[in-house]
Amino acid sequence: MANPKSAYSIPGKLGKLDTHIIVVWVDNEAGVLARVVGLFSGRGYNIESLAVAEIDSKLNISRITIVTTGTPQVIEQIKLQLKKLVPVHKVADFKRDDKKVIFKEMALMKIVGNNSKRQKALKACKKYNAIILDKTNKSVVIQITALRRDIDLIAKNLRKLGLVSLSRTGAVAMTRGAEVFK
Amino acid sequence: MSKLYSGAQIVFKCLEDQGVDVIFGYPGGAVLPIYDELKNFNSIKHILGRHEQGVGHAAEGYARSSGKPGVLLVTSGPGATNAVTALTDAYMDSVPLVCISGQVPTHLIGTDAFQEADTTGITRPCTKHNWLVKDVKDLAKVIHKAFEVATTGRPGPVLVDIPKDIQFQKTNYTKYKKNKKLNGKSFNKFTQNDINQLIKLMDKASKPIFYTGGGVINSGPRASELLRQLVTATGFPITSTLQGLGAYPGDDNQFLGMLGMHGSYEANNAMHDCDLMINIGARFDDRITGKIDEFSPKSKKVHIDIDPSSINKNVKVDLPIVGDVTQVISSTIKTIKKIKPNFTKSNKQKISNWWEKIQKWRSVKSFNFVNSTETIKPQYAVQRLYELTKNKETYITTEVGQHQMWAAQHYKFNKPNRWMTSGGLGTMGYGLPAAVGVQVANPNKLVIDIAGEASVLMTIQEMSTAVQYSLPIKIFILNNEYMGMVRQWQELLHDKNYSESYTAALPDFVKLAEAYGCVGIRATKPDELDDKIIEMLNTDRPVIFDCLVDKEENCFPMIPSGKPHNQMLLGPNDQKENKITGKGKTLV
Repeated sequence: MANPKSAYSIPGKLGKLDTHIIVVWVDNEAGVLARVVGLFSGRGYNIESLAVAEIDSKLNISRITIVTTGTPQVIEQIKLQLKKLVPVHKVADFKRDDKKVIFKEMALMKIVGNNSKRQKALKACKKYNAIILDKTNKSVVIQITALRRDIDLIAKNLRKLGLVSLSRTGAVAMTRGAEVFK
Repeated sequence: MSKLYSGAQIVFKCLEDQGVDVIFGYPGGAVLPIYDELKNFNSIKHILGRHEQGVGHAAEGYARSSGKPGVLLVTSGPGATNAVTALTDAYMDSVPLVCISGQVPTHLIGTDAFQEADTTGITRPCTKHNWLVKDVKDLAKVIHKAFEVATTGRPGPVLVDIPKDIQFQKTNYTKYKKNKKLNGKSFNKFTQNDINQLIKLMDKASKPIFYTGGGVINSGPRASELLRQLVTATGFPITSTLQGLGAYPGDDNQFLGMLGMHGSYEANNAMHDCDLMINIGARFDDRITGKIDEFSPKSKKVHIDIDPSSINKNVKVDLPIVGDVTQVISSTIKTIKKIKPNFTKSNKQKISNWWEKIQKWRSVKSFNFVNSTETIKPQYAVQRLYELTKNKETYITTEVGQHQMWAAQHYKFNKPNRWMTSGGLGTMGYGLPAAVGVQVANPNKLVIDIAGEASVLMTIQEMSTAVQYSLPIKIFILNNEYMGMVRQWQELLHDKNYSESYTAALPDFVKLAEAYGCVGIRATKPDELDDKIIEMLNTDRPVIFDCLVDKEENCFPMIPSGKPHNQMLLGPNDQKENKITGKGKTLV
């Protein structure tokens, strides 16, 4: 901005945007997801994808994995704000290109078409270890677990091979090696 | 088998165990079982407000002047939604509040029942945490947890929503034991190394400044004592935010006055030119920083705050110190004594040029105004009020607007917890009910709400509360018939198009006072002001003081939109050179 004029803080130089995967361990109680999501929407942070499920039924702990983009300052704020929430136990943050972390998304795809089309479709996603979950003489439902961009690519390729329905999860993440995030 | 208590009884058992002696509230269908139990708990006094917003602000005033959490009790639906403004206000200004709200019976939740609202949903963004209690067995645990969350770390409001059937159900109650461990969220994360680094910076600085905020007040009276020791020991100048006033004596020579948009010339210039800024319990709010790109460009910045998310949020700092202000200052003083016993002496020389510069800024006397013998200038009214009350134990609340800034500029506070104003949220209508709460917490003390006529009308109904409980609060209205701050901005930014900022049909405040059963006093001329103020002070009943002031006075100095700290508007003569143009208009 050439000549920004305000007594309010002005939208300063926009820092470099990075994609981060934020993992949050929370008490699995009513409204906890709303608290986490509400924090993002209330403060203007964006959520690219979201995955959440209980991981410890004894201690009632859920693990929320959020993919978000932001400047380093925004990412830092997100983490600090999340840590302030009462039901939050810990918060981990990984860069999307972090080699020490595994990211996976799952997709279910329904392909409808004649046999040759279906075979072509299956062949097209062979590289990604597609699992056939359901088969009829008109259709097939397959499951693929891969990176987001891979699934984007497969879905694009399968459109012309009879992909009629696509359902996908948000990314989940785990560190490589024996170490556990504390 | 031990005795069984109903949910309603458990609410009071918990309040008793938490040492609560006053609650503010308003009854309604969904809290009737709790109100039914009130008579059985004599140690708890209930103050009946006239609107839940007033109830909430009264609880805030109580909390801020006493250092204890404020408790409010409201019914479901409109009761809870009316309290939302007060909860948000408390959230922004870090005031510990515990709001207990009734809810429709559990089996009706989600059916759009009469007076049902999704209270926990609505209050989620304006509380530190909230709970919907669905099992009476959880009730005691939740209420105690609520007090813990409200009062620890950076304080703030919490809400406990209790469905009506839970209030009737019975269960055991075990006495509360204070839990030392705080859910792994400890607050003092600083190390001795941080303190050493701070002292190193202080030692090197030749143009240092302390910039202190509400965190010092929230940390307790000990923090203010220690701050005074630290400031004296270092000889550094100190400025304070609106919320921090009173932590350091307002009439001390090292105090530069409030900083920020309507802060003093010396404070803002010192902030701009300093080489070391030590922020203690303040949060680089946009009313403080002005234009962020040009905010104190040459300084090393230290930020002491209990809330890690406050650090590096608006302004990047060089040395973050996460901890309670009392602990941090106390370690700092100890370390200075140990490793630099001659700090003051060795430093005096170094910062003497800095003080000379500050004196030069000071000589501008930026809070000055052109007085008049014809009309009462609002600044003059505040000055007289200060002079006539400074030797008493006085508590000041305010509404929001020009009068608030004049009060902050011209009323000097010497003690913490004496100044209650809505800073973060800027809630018009805060001051009168807050004064009610302050007076409840401090009977026999002088409590004055410095008000504007527009703000005070937003919660004027609470005069009825003041009368009911014989709370002799003084509502000192600087009446200019305008929403003064709105008018000022319209004058400066919108070519004097005073769109809807004039109130054409104001009530007669003297008659209004009489209608409420309190005393009305009016002052119209400067020469009668003192006598009338004395008359007000000598009245042992609630007073509405209608002080008719200059209608067109503006609040200066002012950092105009788009300008950094060192380009302030000083007064009427200074405006021409500093016209606010273009983008600045849209962004104020």
